[in-house]
Amino acid sequence: MIELDRAGRSFKVQRSLVHAVRDLSFTVSPGEFVGYLGPNGAGKSTTIKMLCGILTPTSGTVRVAGLDPSRKRTTLARRIGVVFGQRTTLWWDLPLADSFELIRHLYKVDRAAFRSRLAELADTLDLGAFIRTPVRQLSLGQRMRGDLAAALLHAPDVLVLDEPTIGLDVVSKAGIRDFLKRLNAERGTTVLLTTHDLGDIERLCRRVMLIDHGSLAFDGTLGDLMATAPDQSSIEDVVARLYTGSGAT
Amino acid sequence: MGHRVITPRRCKTIPLYARLVRYGFRKHATYVAAALAGAFTNSVFGILRAYILIALWQARPGLAGYDITDAITYCFVTQAFIAPMQLFGGGLGIPERIRSGDIALDLVRPAPLQAWTLAEDVGRAAYLFLARGIPPMLVGAVVFGVVVPGGPGRWVAFLTGFALAIVVSFGWRYLIALSVCWLVDDRGVAVLSMVLTTFFSGMMVPLHIFPGWLADVARSLPWAAMVQLPTDLYLGKAPVMETLAFQAFWAAVLLGLGALGTRAIRHKVVIQGG
Amino acid sequence: MVSIYARLAWTWTRAAAAYPGSFVLMIVLGFATTALDVAVILVVFANTTTLAGFSRDEVLFLYGTASLAFTVCDMFVSNIDRVSQHIKAGTFDTFLIRPVSAWLQLCADRFNANRIGRVLQAGLVLGYAVAALDLDWRRAWMIPVMVITGIVIFSALWTLAGAVQFVLTDAPELVNAFTYGGHQLTQYPLSIYARDLVRSVTYVLPLAFVNWQPGLYALGRDDPLGTPEFMRFLGPAAALALALAAALAWRQGIRHYRSTGS
Repeated sequence: MIELDRAGRSFKVQRSLVHAVRDLSFTVSPGEFVGYLGPNGAGKSTTIKMLCGILTPTSGTVRVAGLDPSRKRTTLARRIGVVFGQRTTLWWDLPLADSFELIRHLYKVDRAAFRSRLAELADTLDLGAFIRTPVRQLSLGQRMRGDLAAALLHAPDVLVLDEPTIGLDVVSKAGIRDFLKRLNAERGTTVLLTTHDLGDIERLCRRVMLIDHGSLAFDGTLGDLMATAPDQSSIEDVVARLYTGSGAT
Repeated sequence: MGHRVITPRRCKTIPLYARLVRYGFRKHATYVAAALAGAFTNSVFGILRAYILIALWQARPGLAGYDITDAITYCFVTQAFIAPMQLFGGGLGIPERIRSGDIALDLVRPAPLQAWTLAEDVGRAAYLFLARGIPPMLVGAVVFGVVVPGGPGRWVAFLTGFALAIVVSFGWRYLIALSVCWLVDDRGVAVLSMVLTTFFSGMMVPLHIFPGWLADVARSLPWAAMVQLPTDLYLGKAPVMETLAFQAFWAAVLLGLGALGTRAIRHKVVIQGG
Repeated sequence: MVSIYARLAWTWTRAAAAYPGSFVLMIVLGFATTALDVAVILVVFANTTTLAGFSRDEVLFLYGTASLAFTVCDMFVSNIDRVSQHIKAGTFDTFLIRPVSAWLQLCADRFNANRIGRVLQAGLVLGYAVAALDLDWRRAWMIPVMVITGIVIFSALWTLAGAVQFVLTDAPELVNAFTYGGHQLTQYPLSIYARDLVRSVTYVLPLAFVNWQPGLYALGRDDPLGTPEFMRFLGPAAALALALAAALAWRQGIRHYRSTGS
């Protein structure tokens, strides 16, 4: 579903070349739920932007749902859902319901399919109470639920989440996690999730990838990940070891 | 523009308002690219407007007591005023603070809100005079040639008139900014203020060429003190003392109304809780 | 494409119409703002009967045609000049993850229906000028042609303005000199400007084809600057050439964004 083959992206920063991502190769199969970890500035956002076609890779190839995102950005857009935790993709001044209606037209979702999907999403994400409220007035948790619904209205095969639980309270976080878990289990949607919250990883991800300094430092199951450290270590300890360890090499 | 560290000892010796002026200056001095872009746009509009006035003065030499060079100079001086006097409105940041409720913090400061805001605005105006006022004048001088006041007397008269004009412009914008407190939607007042200011200040065409009674009315309104009068002082076309007195009168009236407005807003925020 | 634009525009309009009072007020004030330019023309002609050989009603005709085209673009395309705002706020990515062209989405972004006041004002002035001038009706076909040409030219200009902001992120006001400046320039007969300026807006940035060249034909006048007669009819070609350049610049801008991420 997602294939990166020696993908790289470098930027010119004050005349010197900075490699945000280099020689990155991995494959995510349909139906997988993958956690994508890395310290700040490791290249997570760059990877995600390459997956949705916002950034073109400088080397290697990227394929998502069989398409090259940099060439087929708008075609891919119908098959991928993207959520940025730090900022909304909804229309700030419009009521949530209007945002959904616009998305229906932008993505050309058939009306009947849209209705049933929205009803289902409104039910599972509990949107009913604030669906008529302008997005700017929503709480962070409400907004994130709205953003998730918006990213799923066109029934994408792949869902890419960039820190979806950032800044959320415990209850909102749990709600979002349950929802994602069910989405992956029941619909088989492939999910790639970046996060700094290791609780997300523990609860949701069978597979973990860890990127540092633009290349993959670990790729395996959560169990494999825990096995890299002495027994009794918490997941925080394990990840911290990897972040600092790979930083030293 | 490096940030110099102000030592505490030095702070004591510099009065509060002088520091606020410097703060206003520095705050705007961080947006160099934006100021350059603004200066460029003001200059382009200066050139385009100058040709209209040239065509008019070719048809009517000596109109309003200006010759063609006076008219061209008029045009570029007014373009130079746009940024320091914020002739299109705004620049105070008060409406945002009223909407966010932060105005309550401003009102409990030991210094009065109006004086505080004026000091910052003077700093802003000083920076924008340099960054966005001088370039259009230079462009006008290079492309067409402009009048330069001769003798220190006229410079003093002009600079005094310019300073008073800044205060008048502040007084007006301050009142407009306070009005947000009583309005649901402040865009209407902002646009209305922009229309009145640009037209009646003489920014678009000199007030002297308005037809008949409209010219007399326009010359007696506060907006005339912002653009028409300081420009006439620059050109040496106005009686100095009378002109400065007229500007001072409007500055006093607007600041007085502003003081009343500040009291009203404090009453509203403190007593009624916003 | 049109249906998606209409859908976006309609949604914004409905949201704004939730406050009918300020909606109507803004239409009226939009009318007043653009009327200022007419007021200047009237003040000028209160002092003279001709300006560079053109009468008041002829200038109002030029103003009306240019402004009608400009205000239509102001309403439907000008939102594109918020590119740098979106880049700085980090909201530009949102336009790229949707399956519709970013250009279309940006033009419709925060669509402002109350700008119709400005369009009405321009239309009224043009209507007055056409009625007052007693034009040769066999040449009247040029009027709609020049308004459409003007719409294409100003849309292209705004698109260029948006494209430039991918590079000049810190100085978006620079483009106003060309968009709003273009409108200012075309309000008056180009014969008032210096020859070099007129040459550059004829052969480089074809603003002369918004209303000057075709306007001379509609008014039945020769060019005081002496360009040949066939130039009056080159407007559509010039507009298409500029539109093509703008489209390329926009694509280049998007490509630049996608290779820098900012």
